[in-house]
Amino acid sequence: MKELIAARGLRKSFGSFEAVRGIDLIVPAGQVLGFLGPNGAGKSTTMRMLTGFLEPTAGTVTLDGIPLADEPIAAKRTFGYLPEGAPAYGDMRVEEFLNFVARARGYVGADARSRVDRSIERLHLEPYRRQLVDTLSKGYKRRTGLAQAILHDPPILVLDEPTDGLDPNQKHEVRELIRRLGDDRAVVLSTHILEEVEAVCTRAVIINEGRVVFDGTPKALDAKAAANVTSNRLDHVFRMLTTSDIGGAPRTKAASR
Amino acid sequence: MNSPARIATIFRREFAAYFTSPLAGIFLVIYLFMSAVLTFQMGGLYERGQADLRPFFQVQPWLDLFLVPALSMRLWAEDRRTGTIELLLTLPFSVRDLVLGKFLAAWAFACVALALTAPLWITVAWLGSPDHGTILVGYIASALMAGTFLAIGAFLSAFTKNQVIAFVLSGVACFLLMVIGFPMLLDFVSGWLPRTAVEAIAAMSVLTHFESMMRGVLDGRDVLYFVSVSAAFLFLNGIVVEWKKAE
Ligand SMILES: Nc1ncnc2c1ncn2[C@@H]1O[C@H](COP(=O)(O)OP(=O)(O)OP(=O)(O)O)[C@@H](O)[C@H]1O
Ligand SMILES: [Mg+2]
Repeated sequence: MKELIAARGLRKSFGSFEAVRGIDLIVPAGQVLGFLGPNGAGKSTTMRMLTGFLEPTAGTVTLDGIPLADEPIAAKRTFGYLPEGAPAYGDMRVEEFLNFVARARGYVGADARSRVDRSIERLHLEPYRRQLVDTLSKGYKRRTGLAQAILHDPPILVLDEPTDGLDPNQKHEVRELIRRLGDDRAVVLSTHILEEVEAVCTRAVIINEGRVVFDGTPKALDAKAAANVTSNRLDHVFRMLTTSDIGGAPRTKAASR
Repeated sequence: MNSPARIATIFRREFAAYFTSPLAGIFLVIYLFMSAVLTFQMGGLYERGQADLRPFFQVQPWLDLFLVPALSMRLWAEDRRTGTIELLLTLPFSVRDLVLGKFLAAWAFACVALALTAPLWITVAWLGSPDHGTILVGYIASALMAGTFLAIGAFLSAFTKNQVIAFVLSGVACFLLMVIGFPMLLDFVSGWLPRTAVEAIAAMSVLTHFESMMRGVLDGRDVLYFVSVSAAFLFLNGIVVEWKKAE
């Protein structure tokens, strides 16, 4: 299968501190990779190197066949990126902000408008489209960041904690969206929630102190983690009580045990 | 999308950003008010009994000293504070696109402010018969000087996340670039520096070139000075953005 993300031997030092110490990531289309690890493990630093925000101290990144270091602009067209904390222009309205991103992606006029509309629709931002980003709640700000990342339907998605700060309903919806998008794309997402990896990812990579310590299927991870991870029954109950579309029964640990 | 289109995208965003805060309005009011007051009161536009805009141009460097840093301070500091710099640098833009787009937006705003002083020109034209060529060169000089100060301010804004620090640094830097042309200072150093060194220092000063243009002579060397100092600081701006972006 086609390698959409190919990162080899990534290292990053900040002064004398080495945050990332040799990470290889090959992600083909159709794979949703869950990136796990304790705070400060180097997840965000790695994603920043994948997206060209940080230059690696060593190693190479190739995106959809394009070497990032040599052709940064072409390579940056291949992905959508949600940076940590979902930064966005607070002085713009949601649709203005998305329109700016659409222009940055090369869409103008009716093309830009339909891209923005579609993104707003996919993230259920319609009631907020005329609201200033600064006045959005944390969850809606994160959704705006996601809307920006998927706007141009890129083959690659890099999402740094996409569900952080979302309520259980929103988490569920965003996971469904990511799972759908992941069908024909390469997705890398970081998270602190093991259940999320089970729910949406086809591959789990755990890093610690800048090194990969686990790389396998969520099932294998589950088997490994079973001993010390408590099931998320509460999440499930909350969703059942507060959403109507429970039909697509979420795969929780409660169900699998 | 080619580079001019990308620069235009940044330009639109940055130019519009001036109008989403009260900053633009405050800037324009203070600038126009001070221009008029200083020109008529301190410069004695009437008393001099001469129809020209000399007093207006004479106060431009001093107004710029306070007002230009107010325009440039947010250019990078704000993006670094809010983290949108990460977004900008991972969208398909080059650092050069960002540097030019931001600079041109700030410069366009400064030029709009300058254009809004046209009633002064109309006033002197109505009072007497000024040399319009001299006035036009004065306006060109003012625009070039504002551009140079903005390039310096943008460069310094990239060093910090704090707009107030960016404002103060820019004000001080622009002031230094002015005072090195003061006759007083030049007289002082001429005691112990060779003549060529003193002339070199004077040639580095914004004031020297601005005043030479203010007399109405469009000299290529003066224009070259403003353009090359601006270009040098924009170039350095790009380097600092790369260097400081992740901090
Ligand atoms: N610009 C920087 N300068 C110095 N150190 C940095 C910088 N950016 C990150 N670090 C350090 O690198 C390490 C990895 O940080 P990173 O943000 O990648 O962690 P993370 O895995 O994303 O953590 P979290 O789960 O908290 O988001 C941390 O120790 C952090 O302090
Ligand atoms: Mg992180």
